[in-house]
Amino acid sequence: MTHVLRIENLHVSVGEKPILRGVNLTMTHGETHALMGPNGSGKSTLGLAIMGHPGYEVTAGSITLDDQDVLEMEPNVRARAGLFMAFQRPVAIPGVKMADFLRHATTNVRRPDRKEGEELIPMREFRAELKEKMAHLRMDPEFARRYVNDGFSGGEMKRAEILQLAMLQPKFAILDETDSGLDADAVRLASESIADIGRAKMGLLIITHHDKLLEHNPPQYTHVMLGGRIVETGGHELAEELHRSGYDRIRKTYPDADATNQEMLAVEASA
Amino acid sequence: MATDISENESIGEINKYNFRTETHDVFKAQKGINKEIVCQISEIKREPAWMRDFRLSSLELFEQRPMPTWGGAIDIDFQDIFYYLKPTDHQGKTWDDVPAEIKETFEKLGIPEAEKKYLAGVKAQFESEVVYGSLKEELVNQGVIFTDTDTAVREHTDLVREYFGKIIPPNDNKFAALNSAVWSGGSFIYVPKGVHIEFPLQAYFRINAESMGQFERTLIIVDEGASVHYVEGCTAPMYTTESLHSAVVEVIVKKGARCRYTTIQNWANNIYNLVTKRAYAYQDATMEWVDGNLGSKLTMKYPAVHMMEPGARGEILSIAFSSAGQHQDAGAKLVHAAPNTTGQIISKSISKNGGRSSYRGLVRVEPGATGSKNNVVCDALILDADSRSDTYPYIEIMEQDVQVGHEASVSRIGEEQMFYLLSRGLSESEASTMIVNGFIEPLVKELPMEYAVEMNRLIQLQMEGSVG
Repeated sequence: MTHVLRIENLHVSVGEKPILRGVNLTMTHGETHALMGPNGSGKSTLGLAIMGHPGYEVTAGSITLDDQDVLEMEPNVRARAGLFMAFQRPVAIPGVKMADFLRHATTNVRRPDRKEGEELIPMREFRAELKEKMAHLRMDPEFARRYVNDGFSGGEMKRAEILQLAMLQPKFAILDETDSGLDADAVRLASESIADIGRAKMGLLIITHHDKLLEHNPPQYTHVMLGGRIVETGGHELAEELHRSGYDRIRKTYPDADATNQEMLAVEASA
Repeated sequence: MATDISENESIGEINKYNFRTETHDVFKAQKGINKEIVCQISEIKREPAWMRDFRLSSLELFEQRPMPTWGGAIDIDFQDIFYYLKPTDHQGKTWDDVPAEIKETFEKLGIPEAEKKYLAGVKAQFESEVVYGSLKEELVNQGVIFTDTDTAVREHTDLVREYFGKIIPPNDNKFAALNSAVWSGGSFIYVPKGVHIEFPLQAYFRINAESMGQFERTLIIVDEGASVHYVEGCTAPMYTTESLHSAVVEVIVKKGARCRYTTIQNWANNIYNLVTKRAYAYQDATMEWVDGNLGSKLTMKYPAVHMMEPGARGEILSIAFSSAGQHQDAGAKLVHAAPNTTGQIISKSISKNGGRSSYRGLVRVEPGATGSKNNVVCDALILDADSRSDTYPYIEIMEQDVQVGHEASVSRIGEEQMFYLLSRGLSESEASTMIVNGFIEPLVKELPMEYAVEMNRLIQLQMEGSVG
């Protein structure tokens, strides 16, 4: 069966403020989609709404995964159903070791029906796999003993997110600016890692400003978001154009969406 | 990864803390407290006259002292408590001597296994008196004494008499006076000069008779240049009537010596846990209290270190977890009584389901304690809107040339932390357990492995609401 993630007419508000205003996007397993757009256009909001962040209220529309209603699912059920998001700014959980956290996460995602207290993946087996994946990402084994995102550098945080992606092997993954804050070498390593993990085995939605991440993961589709809507969809060449020339043409072509985008930015700035 | 302690976690362990074993008491004291009962206790124990007199004068002090007006609400009928129960005629020397039903209790607690693994000696307090104890020959040969305090009074009279009640005199507080009058059991440890005990000495004990107070008395003397780590763990069965635990622990750490005293207590919900613990640390000596308090109706416990001579160090790590119907009034006291002494308090408290945790701490720098340093960090984690956390720091500085720091933080489990863990497939309760265990991790990693595992498991049980 080919997995399909379908987003239809999605409206999302944060607090009282509408952010997404009717997003339509269908992704099929094995495809890579780039999601681009100026600041404040709603790219991260889309990702967080897909994952079920409690601060993001879906006011209209639907999200389905293989025809199952994602909006009905708690965030942990979504994760177990195969949805994943590499966060832009992952939160620190002091005192919780990466390995311990990952072992729980990996077990739950691989055995979606696992009840709390039931056995975890055997330690030996888990360690071997983690070690291998970390080596692949050129991560120091000591990293597994550090506390989740606690005191991590920007690059370490992003690398930790990619490690989670590699361990959890989701059906669909959203990468939210996984390249931001990284130097050129780190971006190359991150892109190669994502390619290594096997983009063909996932549906990827890459939120990015950068071309390097897309260089190793050429998108079949590029979506441009403006004012809370996807205003244009194209192929790889659209991503290249936006990277080269910016959003001026998009803004001019879709003046209403641009006005909404400006408004949203202004509200955000005054908040 | 090597110390991942969640391995083999299982909720099948829950019930192991809630069983009760029938015992056949040889002697059953009557309820209540008066001179006759105190004399009777002393007589049964075949104590020297000085101890009987100590008990009797303590009883007078107990009757005179008012109840503490601070801390938590105490509602105890002192005449409705058994002050002494003796489980067996004589104390078991080897495992074979221990009566079957007591053995059964120990087996449920996993003591024999634990002992096989690495215990040097196990002293177990069962209904007020130590019934089983063993000590490795090597320690005996080195002159180490590790016995119950009753035996110590008879067999090491001079040593006991020199220190007993000197660190915590009976008139210290009402509950110290009560303990001094009716005390029974507890551990006595003497570590001779220069002897280092490499493995932790452990004591398990449990209250196992309804309406029974437990008043153990522990005295530890670490002679010059010696070191010891003493660990006591406690899991009490659950009962419905009020119960009182009021211990006194005195520790003397002599010049250049080192003592760490670790406690993990998980009391049933109906127990008043009112304990006085104090250590005197002499020149360049180090005293560390590691104190974990779970359960109980009310805990009032403030382990203290008095730094008596230059270079002494006192360190107190305290964890308190309170849930529905529980009040943990826990903290620490550090008294700098000499120059260049160093003290540190790290306190972590967690409140859940309407539980109340208070940090109450005293830092006193006495005149002349120049060059002393003290640092206090207390962090509170509140898991829901019904729960409460308070901080009562008392700071008395009577010297100019000192460094004193105090940091306090109160936090709630953040929505972002919760969402992050949920988005990786963890259940809500797994996620909050993980966050709480992470919160206390800096202290748990100080515990011996076995206790760290138990601590995390107890937290897990508390978080699941299966205990307490």
